[in-house]
Amino acid sequence: MTTARAAAIVLTKELRLEFRARELLSTTVVFALVVVVLFSFAFDPTAADSRRFGPGLLWIAFFFAGSLMLNPSFAREQSNQTLDALRMAPVSAFAILLGKMLANFIFMAISEAILVPVFAVLYNISITGIVGWLALVLVLGTLGLVITGTVFSAVAAHARRRELLLPLLLLPILAPLLIAAVEATASLFAEQPSLDRAWLAFLGGFDIVFLTASWLLADFLLEE
Amino acid sequence: MKGRSAITVLVAALIFFAGYAALFIAPDERTMHELMRIFYFHLSCWVAMFCALTLAFVANIAWLATRNPKWDWLGVASVEVGVVCCTGGLITGVLWGRPAWGIWWTWDARLTTTFILWILYICYLLLRGLIEEPQRRASLSAIFGIFAFLDTPLVYASNRLWRTQHPAPVIMGGPDAGLDAMMGKVLVVCIVAVMAMMILVLIDRYRLERLRHELDELRLAADARGADSNIVLTKGLP
Repeated sequence: MTTARAAAIVLTKELRLEFRARELLSTTVVFALVVVVLFSFAFDPTAADSRRFGPGLLWIAFFFAGSLMLNPSFAREQSNQTLDALRMAPVSAFAILLGKMLANFIFMAISEAILVPVFAVLYNISITGIVGWLALVLVLGTLGLVITGTVFSAVAAHARRRELLLPLLLLPILAPLLIAAVEATASLFAEQPSLDRAWLAFLGGFDIVFLTASWLLADFLLEE
Repeated sequence: MKGRSAITVLVAALIFFAGYAALFIAPDERTMHELMRIFYFHLSCWVAMFCALTLAFVANIAWLATRNPKWDWLGVASVEVGVVCCTGGLITGVLWGRPAWGIWWTWDARLTTTFILWILYICYLLLRGLIEEPQRRASLSAIFGIFAFLDTPLVYASNRLWRTQHPAPVIMGGPDAGLDAMMGKVLVVCIVAVMAMMILVLIDRYRLERLRHELDELRLAADARGADSNIVLTKGLP
């Protein structure tokens, strides 16, 4: 079986699990919404402030929500030893990892598609003219988040205090991604929206570096 | 054992000499005067940290490739030493920054990079503390170590693109960069001294990790035999 086919099967399984329970998506969206609302209480931003802090707030809300959402990705395979069953299938470890990354990407993308319009309304930021470019930045940034996040979800699944550990491992690694994503979003939210190609390339580079590393290390990550 | 004590005393003497050289032998610096003297140890800490963390990266890859527990011991030993050197570098930097820049800290590219690096490797040590099974702990922490090492140039590049305030590199910097001959000699002494201390501590930390490993093996063997583990332990320890 090819890697793509195996990954697609894992992806279908993850999606079916999630759309039966709908636990992850709803909690992720509400959590990110809470962060966005609390920010407005904490700083009481004016229109100019929102323009300045908005991109950072948006991405921090996504990263925090992501670091919580990614935890069950491997942790729920622990409870019934289903990961061992998955590993017994004659597919590469990377296929399993890739399937889970794609599923997490879809969950994050849905949450973002719900949250970005709400955010734009609450903070008076017009996104109608820049939807396409904003989507590109969101896709590249979210890919970086789910690639590293899914790997670290597998790392943290074997540790004690894994709910605490995952954000701890993930958020510092994401520091360069945060800077790039925030800067790229900020240039889109500016009064004269423009696309910052340097930051876009940086986001793509981050995704490629860590996707390659995950591909090389997948066998060690999911051994036994 | 005697040889080891002699080497320890030698390294301690070297550190004292390096401190003396940095404070009294090195000539006065034109603009920064006495402030400059902390630089000898500041740079030495970074050199030692860089060597230790590169060694950790090599050890992490070697563990995954060979499964020889020695590489795991080397990995954790060098990360711990690297974190200590990083702490030293950050503290000397902060002490210098206050009088030289007027601020303790600034979010410049190199400062931010080392700060994130410091946090990442502390997380590596935390992660090791939270996984019970030795094999799994070694593999998963090695994977995290490799990710952390790969992340560092990205942190630097992103901050470089963003903003920077740190002084330009003194050595191998622009055409105006470079050190006075005497300063260069003192710097070399300091780097050698800090490196020697780093290696000494690294070796001890490696030995400690090996002993812990042996202790775990003995415990397992004792449990398997159903004997009182305390009795076996006192006999088995070197």
